[in-house]
Parts: sequence; structure tokens; C-alpha cells
Amino acid sequence: MALVDQHRVPSRPEPGAAPGTTPLDERDARRALRAQIARLERELGEALVAAFPFAAVDVRVPAPVAGPRLLGLGELEALRDALAERLAGARAQVARTGEAQARNRALLEDMLLEPGRHKFARLPNRALGEGGCGVWEVRPRLGLIGMLMGWWHVKLSSGCPLARA
Amino acid sequence: MTDPAIEEGWIAEAVAAEHPELRLRWIEAHGGTARSSPALQERLALLSDRFRGAQAVTMRREPVPHAYRAFFRSVGLDPDETRTPVEAAALERLVRGGFAARERVADALLLALVETAVPLWAVDAGALDGPLGVREAQRGERLGRGGYAPDLAPGRLVVADAERPVAVLFGAVAASHLPGPATPALRVFTVQVAGVPELHVEEALWTCAEALDRDQGRR
Repeated sequence: MALVDQHRVPSRPEPGAAPGTTPLDERDARRALRAQIARLERELGEALVAAFPFAAVDVRVPAPVAGPRLLGLGELEALRDALAERLAGARAQVARTGEAQARNRALLEDMLLEPGRHKFARLPNRALGEGGCGVWEVRPRLGLIGMLMGWWHVKLSSGCPLARA
Repeated sequence: MTDPAIEEGWIAEAVAAEHPELRLRWIEAHGGTARSSPALQERLALLSDRFRGAQAVTMRREPVPHAYRAFFRSVGLDPDETRTPVEAAALERLVRGGFAARERVADALLLALVETAVPLWAVDAGALDGPLGVREAQRGERLGRGGYAPDLAPGRLVVADAERPVAVLFGAVAASHLPGPATPALRVFTVQVAGVPELHVEEALWTCAEALDRDQGRR
């Protein structure tokens, strides 16, 4: 809700305020709302790009009307609020993804330091916020012998799987 | 070749009051629809090679595509459903694997759109009555002429000549005004919104005119 408040303008008379809102006041309010909508749209785009391609952020805000037309004050306000709400959700999702990636990077460091404590743990590159199809995995050296002797190490598989027909 | 003169359209008072930076500009060009010349097809193919998939996502951060997205929002369109023209072209490029050549007018419009991110539309200049402009549709108006012309909801923003709406703003052009093979002259118009530099608009119109002129010369 704080995000909505941050983008709010006094676009309609406060309750109890003296009546007499002129069309010019409303036009100014609509202009301010359109500026806010443009800014929210940009920030929503930034959130989508920041999350790409590791998280699918929902940035859709349904259109208030069918086809292009001049929007009224109420419609612009509703649109602004819907965009602000969607932006808050998108930012929260980006933050959650970032936190998960930070946790996974810490886990990878731990896997590299003490592989024996993370037997058979697997971490795909995507979970670290990196591109490619590589997977970090704690494996025993020399197979069964390593397993029995407690010789563990971290391997990074390279490349993407071959396409199958 | 000299650049063609860019004409300025009108904006209805009610629309200009809400969107003071909205402008409609156009140029006149020769010839109707026909198969594109190999040179124009090659230019589209080169453009396809320059375009990368990630651009389709990151494009919305660029100033001109963002300006059109913001305008879409402010007139009640959802740009993730009704795509802005440049994003629609980018999506089609991804789906088809390239900018597919169709015919010379559509290809010249596409070329200018992808180069500048400014959308253009072409109408048959002979079917128009006076200058073009942007206004709200009136009750009972139809898109174009003829018995099959679709009805327009009152208040819908349209591009119109002195007589009737010829296109929905950022939407379909009336079937009665679409250029055909026998069209001798075209009017290529664009809609400039807040945040789109003058230079981009001029570049879009001139790129399209130059592509159409060259294509005409190679026939």
C-alpha cells in the first residue's frame, strides 16, 4: 500500500473540502495521473527485465476499457492503483528470487569448502542467477571407493543436454 | 533523392487538451501494393539478423518503445495484450524466425518501424478527403465507407479525414482505405506521442519513403 501512497496525487477533492472542483483542476489531476502511470509502467518494465530470465514476473494489468479512448479521472486512478499493486508484487518477487540466489551462492561456497557435508547435493546454474545449463554437484571421487572412503568433491557439469528427437 | 515534405495533421481540441504532445504526421508516396523487390526483401533479412531474442524483452526499457507503452496505458490499452507495433513486430520476428517479406508497402512500413520503433500506417491517398487528424468517434460512425464497414463505439479514438474515420488509433485501418495494387498514391502517417523525439518520427517517415521509392525504381 505504501507504493500506492507514494504515487498518489490529490486527484479528487478531499472529503469535507469546499466544493468547486473545476474542469481545469480535473485536467491537471488527469495529467498528473498519466505521468504516474508512465513512471509505473517504466518501473514495471525494469522489474520484468531485472527478473528475466530466471523468474517469470507477472506484469499484466488488464485494460480498463476496450479500444483506445480518453480515460476519466476514476479510470486513471484505478489503473494507477492497479499498476502500483502489480509493481509491488513484481518487486517482491524479484527480491525473493534475489534472496534465493544469494542463499544458493552461499550453499555453493559451503559445498566447495566441505563437500562431505553436502553429499550428492545439486545446484543448477540457474538457481545461482547465472546462464547456461551447468549443474554443480557433490560427487564421490572414484565412485564407490570414494563413497566408502569419504572422498567427496564438487563437479560442474558443462553444456546443455543434447536435443532429443 | 530529396526527402519528402512532412505534413502535420490536426488533433481535436478534446484530445489535445488531454494529450498536448500528441501529433499526427504524414508524407505522400507513390505506388500501391506489389511484390517487394529482392533488395527490399534483403534489407528485411539483414534486419532479422541484427535482431536478438532478448531485445523483445528489454525493448520496453528503451525510450521510444516505452513512450508508446505509456501512451497505450493512458488511453486504456493494455500493451501486454494489445501490443505496441514495435513489440508486435519483435514478437513476430521471434515466432517466425525472421521478418517475413509480404508486399512492398507492408515491408517498407515494417522496415521503418523496426529501425526507429515509430509505427507507421499507409492508406490510399485517393480515398481521403483532406488532411488527417485524431479525434473521438461520434455516435453512429463507422470505420471507413461501405455497407460492411464496422461500427465504432462512441468515444473511440480514431484517425479521421474531413469525412469519416479511416483507422482506429493504433488499430486497424478501414478496409475501404487500404492500399491495393492499383493505388497510385499513398499517404503514410504516424502518430507521435509524448517522449518520442522529432528526429525518430522524421527518420521513420523518410526511411519508409526511401524504401518505397527505391522499390518503385527497381521494377
